[in-house]
Amino acid sequence: MRTQSATAPILEVQDLCVSFVQYTSGLRQRCLEVISSLSVSIYPGEILAVVGASGSGKSLLAHAVLGLLPGNAVTSGSIVFAGQKLTPKQQASLRGREIALIPQSVNYLDPLLRVGKQVRTAVNGGNAARIQREVFARYKLPPDTERLFPFQLSGGMARRVLVSTALVSGARLVIADEPTPGLDEAAIEETLGYFRELADEGRGVMLITHDIETALRVADRIAVFYAGTTVETALATDFTGEGEALRHPYTKALWRALPQNGFEPIPGSQPQSHALPAGCLFQPRCPVATPECASSRPEVRDVRGGTVRCIHAS
Amino acid sequence: MDVRGFGFFLLRKLLRMATLLIALSVLSFWLVSCSPLDPVQAYVGADMTRVSPEQREAIAEYWGLNQPPLMRFFHWGSAVLHGDLGTSMMFRRPVAEVIGERFLASLALMSAAWLFSGVLGFTLGVIAGMKHGTWADRFIKWYCFTLASTPAFWLGLLLLMVFAVWLGWFPVGLGVPAGKLAGEVTIANRIYHLILPALTLSILGVANVALHTRQKLVDVLASDYVLFARARGEAGLLLFWRHGLRNVALPAVTIQFASFGELVGGTVLAEQVFSYPGLGQAAVAAGLRGDVPLLLGIVLFTALFVFVGNLAADIIYRLVDPRMRKGETA
Amino acid sequence: MNRRQKTLISTLLAALLLTGVIACGLLLGDERITTNLEARNASPSLAHPFGTDWLGRDMFVRTVKGLTVSMGVGVTAAAASTAVALTLGMLAATLGKAVDAAVSWLIDLFLGVPHLVALILISFALGGGMKGVVAGIALTHWPSLARVIRAEVMQLRSAEFVQISRRLGKSRWWVASRHMLPHLIPQLFIGFVLLFPHAILHEASISFLGFGLPPHQPAIGIILSESMRYLTTGMWWLAFFPGLSLLVIVRAFDVLGDNLRMLADPHRAHQ
Repeated sequence: MRTQSATAPILEVQDLCVSFVQYTSGLRQRCLEVISSLSVSIYPGEILAVVGASGSGKSLLAHAVLGLLPGNAVTSGSIVFAGQKLTPKQQASLRGREIALIPQSVNYLDPLLRVGKQVRTAVNGGNAARIQREVFARYKLPPDTERLFPFQLSGGMARRVLVSTALVSGARLVIADEPTPGLDEAAIEETLGYFRELADEGRGVMLITHDIETALRVADRIAVFYAGTTVETALATDFTGEGEALRHPYTKALWRALPQNGFEPIPGSQPQSHALPAGCLFQPRCPVATPECASSRPEVRDVRGGTVRCIHAS
Repeated sequence: MDVRGFGFFLLRKLLRMATLLIALSVLSFWLVSCSPLDPVQAYVGADMTRVSPEQREAIAEYWGLNQPPLMRFFHWGSAVLHGDLGTSMMFRRPVAEVIGERFLASLALMSAAWLFSGVLGFTLGVIAGMKHGTWADRFIKWYCFTLASTPAFWLGLLLLMVFAVWLGWFPVGLGVPAGKLAGEVTIANRIYHLILPALTLSILGVANVALHTRQKLVDVLASDYVLFARARGEAGLLLFWRHGLRNVALPAVTIQFASFGELVGGTVLAEQVFSYPGLGQAAVAAGLRGDVPLLLGIVLFTALFVFVGNLAADIIYRLVDPRMRKGETA
Repeated sequence: MNRRQKTLISTLLAALLLTGVIACGLLLGDERITTNLEARNASPSLAHPFGTDWLGRDMFVRTVKGLTVSMGVGVTAAAASTAVALTLGMLAATLGKAVDAAVSWLIDLFLGVPHLVALILISFALGGGMKGVVAGIALTHWPSLARVIRAEVMQLRSAEFVQISRRLGKSRWWVASRHMLPHLIPQLFIGFVLLFPHAILHEASISFLGFGLPPHQPAIGIILSESMRYLTTGMWWLAFFPGLSLLVIVRAFDVLGDNLRMLADPHRAHQ
């Protein structure tokens, strides 16, 4: 149950487009649209999982929200945080204070700086050392962990240290970018537990992953990402049975491709960002496509408490 | 720290140095014995006509020149092992003594240039890396690439023309004022004569460390851990201080230590242009006048010098980098 | 205009400059560098853009001829060095651990002596002159390129098509000449072009010191070493222009090599 004050989204991304200027073979330059008219929103206290295949531009969404895209990126659309439209300057001041990133691996820690010191730099106000020690204790990290260098951390310790950076910052929005790749069952369970805690304490959590099963175990809502845009946002509870409650053909296909649901593969492959099809991005692979689908990109529609980008959805 | 691992590492390095020095002695000795230059003539100089065959024989006998090369090598080699590098034909003094004295003079020159170029190069590299892609970066890059293409001796000639000939601020040459006795030469005199050659070497030495530091900093700033540091709200100088400096200073120091070879090369040229009586000038003179013992001594000594630089670079890495210090693999 | 087009244009300009200098050096006759005492010690003018020396020889023509000589020495020495690098790099990567260790030891040996000192030694051994310079540069400049080639061959060795050929029982030599060499040629060519600047600079340095080419050859090192004697007379053009021309030529080779590398492998050379 969301309280009245929490019904306003903490983050609202609307019509976000991100493109890159790149060199192709020969002397030509081209503009690659990696994210196109993407819209998602996250409410306080919930986990929104952004699920999509590798290379669909999910990480760029995180970087765009934080204002950390590389110099050759061009963005348009709006990012609203706690009711305020973000400018690059505001993004810079919100990074690490209101919005925290949990990266995927220990490589995101400075190899030459002791772990404790790196976590302390994420603290905003108060006694940094004390806060860091409290958080380490909460995650059952031994006290001498703060004196270690990143390469000395075990996999499990590294994950807890990375989550600590988000917790000590006091941020209201946490973005976790592929936090569970290559982890075993117990480790995934543990990590997802941390995210649930973060959300239950009133934060908004964006969980970016390629693994729909992982997402379903912890998320409240799922945004399905395909070729640089969100084709559907569904409640986690919609993923049930044969997928009748789902709205988009791609989401249904994803659901049915899971081993326990029949293991039906989706024919074809995701288009590259330099060769996007005309009309609906999924239309070339879609079982229910009609000639209409190839004529124009479908707009986002609200359908049964979720959103979908398909003219056939009802 | 892993003392045993470090000892083992040091032992391996020293062993490698020993094999290299032995091979170098054999190779150098073989090379000089191939030389078509007549060592007796080299010793006597231009007055060959005034030397009778008997005198010639006596000279050859004295220097052991009429023995087969292999014998000469063993004589020389065993003497070297006992720390005796032979006697310089030009200076008529023990080679070790000549090298020691000349090296001290060169050392003043080289260390001044080494320190100055290191600090300046690192600063330029940091500026270029931080301002990556701006006009400042492009200018520094252009400057360094141009320096890397500049003949050292030509730069020395230019400085000499401008500061010594036109402006008259500095002497045209020689390590000490002409006509002064060794005892009268003051430190100030020495420094005065040192400035122009040191400046030449410093200007040229900047390029390497600056370009390296720049590239390293660009890489660091594009790294995942800097991305994450930015995501935690770090920016600007704080970010540079905490992550940039820490990660680029070590490579810069090591590359500076590993550049002793280029430093010696530059010194040879600078000393020649400024008639500075250092080791480099001695090497040139020994080569031109066929002073074989001195030339061999200098080859071995400079190789040792370069090796010590590389070893210092390796040791610093092991001592400072936590991944090496705490034994990532061990 | 994008960066690629700029790269291509600067490459062409550098190549044009270099061919221009070589053509001038070969075509210009000797009449302007014969002794002409009436025109001696002239400062730069339209007739003598680089001035004349104490024998009235035109410094521009001497410089261009000197550069041609230097480039000739550079080409020969760089080619020889590339050949050494190719041989040792391939041997190190294909003949197993012992050979690899031996080559890396050899690389350490040759990197251990400062280039200029090694050049003096080799020049001395060969009695100076052109062959001393060429041999010296060839023997001192190969290590860095050999390392590049070794790494490249190592990588190629694990490539699928090589693995398959090995399984099919093709000999090492067959694999090396059919599969590896064609892949190495771009690397090799670029390495060769990038060796040039070093070769030319070292040729000039060693000639300047008096070990290289004989004094009657109009090499840049000789010209600059002669100019030292006239330093105090205020004849600045004797040293200034030849040195500057050498710098420009070396820089042009550098640009050429770097650009070729960038065009050949945009990913690795991407800033």
